[in-house]
This record gives sequence, structure tokens and C-alpha cells, in this order.
Amino acid sequence: MSAIDTTFETLRSQGRKAFLPFVTAGDPNLEFTGKVLQELVARGASLCELGIPYSDPIADGPVIQASYTRVLDQKQKLANILEAASQWTAALSAPIVSMVSHSIIHRQGLENYVARAKAAGIAGAIVPDLLVEESAAFSEICQREDFSLIQLVTPTTPRERALRICETSTGFLYFVSVTGITGERTELPPEVVDQVGWLKERTDLPICIGFGISKPEHVKMLSPVADGFIVGSAIVRKIAEVDEKGEEAVLAEIGELADQLMAAMDS
Amino acid sequence: MSDPISAVPNSAGRFGEFGGRYVPETLTRALDELAAEYEKAKQDPEFQAQLNQLFNTFVGRPSPLYFAERLTEHCGGAEIWLKREDTNHTGAHKINNTLGQALLTLRMGKKRVIAETGAGQHGVAAATACARFGLECIVYMGAEDVRRQAPNVFSMKLLGAEIRPVESGSRTLRDAINEAMRDWMSSVETTHYIIGSVVGPHPFPVIVRDFQSVIGQEARQQSLDSFGDLPDRVVACVGGGSNAAGMFYPFVDDTEVELLGVEAGGRSEQPGDHASPLTFGEHGILHGSYSYVMQDEDGQTCDVHSISAGLDYPGVGPEHSYWKDAGRVTYTHCQDGEAMAAFDTLSRTEGILPALESSHAIAKAMESARELGPGKRLVVCLSGRGDKDSNEIARLKQEGY
Repeated sequence: MSAIDTTFETLRSQGRKAFLPFVTAGDPNLEFTGKVLQELVARGASLCELGIPYSDPIADGPVIQASYTRVLDQKQKLANILEAASQWTAALSAPIVSMVSHSIIHRQGLENYVARAKAAGIAGAIVPDLLVEESAAFSEICQREDFSLIQLVTPTTPRERALRICETSTGFLYFVSVTGITGERTELPPEVVDQVGWLKERTDLPICIGFGISKPEHVKMLSPVADGFIVGSAIVRKIAEVDEKGEEAVLAEIGELADQLMAAMDS
Repeated sequence: MSDPISAVPNSAGRFGEFGGRYVPETLTRALDELAAEYEKAKQDPEFQAQLNQLFNTFVGRPSPLYFAERLTEHCGGAEIWLKREDTNHTGAHKINNTLGQALLTLRMGKKRVIAETGAGQHGVAAATACARFGLECIVYMGAEDVRRQAPNVFSMKLLGAEIRPVESGSRTLRDAINEAMRDWMSSVETTHYIIGSVVGPHPFPVIVRDFQSVIGQEARQQSLDSFGDLPDRVVACVGGGSNAAGMFYPFVDDTEVELLGVEAGGRSEQPGDHASPLTFGEHGILHGSYSYVMQDEDGQTCDVHSISAGLDYPGVGPEHSYWKDAGRVTYTHCQDGEAMAAFDTLSRTEGILPALESSHAIAKAMESARELGPGKRLVVCLSGRGDKDSNEIARLKQEGY
């Protein structure tokens, strides 16, 4: 069992849901990323998603894209990110999962990426551009190394295919709530409740919902079917204001947002 | 007996180890639907007849195979024959693919089309095909390319397309593809993405190659008709690689015909100064496909450079990577200055203004002519006309090119 499996097991036994915030590694610098993670876990995040910046992220909306660009413009390298991550993971009580393009994993070598991420204390990977039919080799390595490989299901995924994805995903299943890219939405499509509900009856895998979630209303709507909530752009947008507002103010705002969303989750 | 080199891709879209599909799950259903519809269309005589009719009466095909007598004399070697894709409606080979894909769009019942463009030739061709069939058309174009290919931007607007300049990244073709893919992530249920080159996730590389193969099929037959033999060497420029794929594919099993692909050599061989992934790149993943790509040791795509907006791309189609590693096609690169000189030479010896992209192929064809010597024959894909580049060339000349 990876640390992610243990986390969900504990949450389930307590009848609680997971709050999974997403943070871009190194935005605006590695030190601040460490502070944000610490703040989020202190507020009650069950698991943190660490975005590894990538030059051509086609699943990401403008907010996360811009954060990746800010980091890459500083010539931040994967080695530095993983080194910093090893310090963060040592101090955090919640596991960290990397959100990383297959372009980066492939370039490192599949085995090598898993070994390096594990050495940094990272418990798994979400690879948004690795489809189930291309994932056999990486999936086998992840299984062997007890490194969770979280796969994604979307509203456009046919049901049979969704079941196939559930079979190969480990840790949890990432259900994408909208047909589109990452970024806050005013409203989420109501069908997502039925879609997740249908899957939930057919898999034991925890199902976490992400893309577009930024408000307590979203969380309340999805709460009956979700095991967890992934929130990215709403947090990254606040981090983008750090130069203007200062670290303390931004950390406080992120903490407040986390509190609000978690309150809606358990209500 | 091993399979012929043309027997690719397999059902997973693999050209040898290259190709495949590395995209977000959201796009899978649309890509499967496109692959299925394309297979049906390929078997449908009515679809083929409709496309051929458009090729003949709308595009003006077949495009001529023209003996460039004065250019041949100028080089003093092998005969240089030009496959005149510049004579097509809209001035380049791109229209072959956009008409085919527009017909597929109609078959799939979609009403909205998105496209990316670098030089603007694909954008114009997509806008033209959409106007012809009454489809809504949105073209993503890097802001830098909007500047350097202004005449094409104007044409696209006249054809009723909406241009969305892309300000992210290097503001060129690569960023335009990213932005088009992001649009498609949200609009996939009602929109078809007419990708402009043999790149992207399966089935795009095979669809675009097949629609462009009309270039090579005609050139092969015209060679037999004009000089009773196949050419000794065939030359084409390679950005994403669609004109080259269409030109080469019908010749790949003719092992006696040498195939030469010409990448953009840019300013120098230093990283960032060129756009030659087949020459200097690594195996990697970009825009949904496994191929040669210019990337750093982390897997981040590198910035590239070419004076030609259509070749200014850090990746290349997976079939070219397959042909390179199989040793079937030789890839070389041509620097900005050599391409500019070839532009001048062709303009003045033949009265043909070539596109800056095609000028790269012309430069290496001239070199090939000298190398092969008299008695041999070269066919070069003149993939597009140069009118769109006149302003940019005037500006580059002032800068001392």
C-alpha cells in the first residue's frame, strides 16, 4: 500500500472526505511552495498535489499555465524541485502526489522518474497525458514500486472505458468534472453527480473530483458522491498575487479558502 | 519477407516506435470517432469521388511537374523538376488536407472547426475549406506569426475566419497548437480540429499524410510520363512535415529513389538557433505524439528559430522519425541565409517566387543537382508560393540577409 492508499483508508474509516489542494512547484519560488504546503496540511489537507511545471500543458487553463511559465522562466530544474520536495515530504504529515506530463517522465526514463520521485518522498503520479492504452509499461513499474498511478476519467469517457481505467488506476480515481481545461468555473455540470455515482457503485477506488472546483457550492453539490475534492487554479491564482500582497496575506487567504471548502465538504 | 516501409501505422497509430497518442482523456472519444469515421470514408467511393472532384475543380489539380530549365542550367548538374503545389488554389499544399478534413467534419455532423497556423498557409486553407462548406472557422496563430505573415491574416479574415493571436510561450506555431488543443478540450463534442501537419495524436498523422499523398502520387506518375523513369532523388522541406510526407510516401517503397528532407537550419547549429529536431533533437513527446523533438534534459520543449514561420516548430511528424531511424529518408538542414539565396535564385531564373518554407528545399535541391551531376533527375516539392513572404523578405533584406 502506498501512503495514498493508507490516507484514504483512514479517511474512510472516519467517514471523512479528502481535500486535495494543487500547488505548482517553485511558484514563485521553492521556499514559498514549502510554506503553502505546510499551511494547507495544517488546515487539514489530506493529500497535496504538486504540479511539476511543463512547457506545453494542453490540459491546463491560463492560471496554471501562467504559473508553469513563471517557474520555467526562472530556469527551475526538476532536480531542484525534487530536492526541495524531499525536505517538504519529510516535514509533512500528508502525502504528496506529483502532477506531471508524460513528456517529463519519458525524458527521465520511466524507472528513473519513479525512483527519483520516491526518493523525494512523493507517493504517486497523476499523468494527465498518459492514456490507459499507453500506460502499461509505466503502470507495471508503478505497481512494482508501490507508487500510485492515478488515472483520469472525464465526462466524455464511455462507461466501459471508465471501468477499464478504474481497474488500472491506483491510489484513487481522478474524475474530471468538466469537458475542458483546468480553471475555476461559475457552475459545474449537474450530470457529474450521476456520472460519479454510477462509477462509485462499480469500483472500490476512492473517487476524487477536480477541474473547475473553487466554491463551497461546488463541493456541496458533489459531496454525496465524491471521496475527495481537488482544487488547483483557485489556489494558484492567490499564489500569483504574492509579490503584490506579501506572503503572509496570501497564506492567510489560501488557508481561509481551504477552511471554507472543507467546511462545505463535511457539512 | 518483412513488411514494406509504407505499411504503417498500426492500429494504435504507431510508425515503428513513433506516434501513438499522448493526450488528455477528454480527447480520446473524439480521436476514436475520427479514426473510425476516417476508416469508413477511406472505403467509401462517394467520399473519394467528392474529394477528387474538389481536387480537380476547386484546387486545380493535378498540379504541374515543371522542368526548371534555367535553374538546372544555373546549377550545372542534375535536372531539377518542380512539383508545383504553389499553383494550387490558396497557394500551397495545405488545401489538400483541409478539404479532406472538412469533408470528414461534415460526415461527423460537426459545424465548428478550429485550426492552428504558423505561416498562415494552413489557416488560409482551413478558412477556405470552411467557407466552401459553410463551417464556422477559428484559427489560432502565434502573435509573432500574425506579425510576420500579415497578408495571410488578412485573407483568413476575408474568408470569414476568426483569428485568435496566441501570446503565450514563443508566440509561434507550437503555442498555436497548444491553444487549439485547449479549445478542443472544451469544444470537442461539437468541434473538429483540422490539424495542419502530420503531427499530433493518432489518427492525425496518418490522415494528413494520406490526404497529402496526392502530391507524391501525381509526381510519381508525372515523372514516368515526362521522362519515362522515376526521379533519382526527391526533395522536400520539413517543418511538421506534411508536404514532405505527402511527397515521399508514394515513393518510400521505391528503394532506388533517394528521399531528402530539409529542416530549418536557422541561424546556426546552436540550440535555440534552428528548428531541426531530426538532425539535433531527441526522442520525446510533444503535442500528443512520440517523435523527434527539441527538448532539454528535463523534457521541456526548447525554443527554436527559423525565418520561415511554417518551419519554426520544435517537433516533427512521427512518420519522419520512423523514416529517419529506418534509414529510408535522409534529413539535412538549410540555414536562413541559404534559403534566402535560393529564394532569389528561383525567383530570378524561373520567375517563380517560392514560399520561404519551400526555399529551404530549393536550396538543398540546387546542392543535390551539383552533387548528382548531369544525367540525373531531381523532383522538388515546391510546397507554396512566396507572395505571403514579400514583406517579411523585404524587412529581412534591410536587416542584411
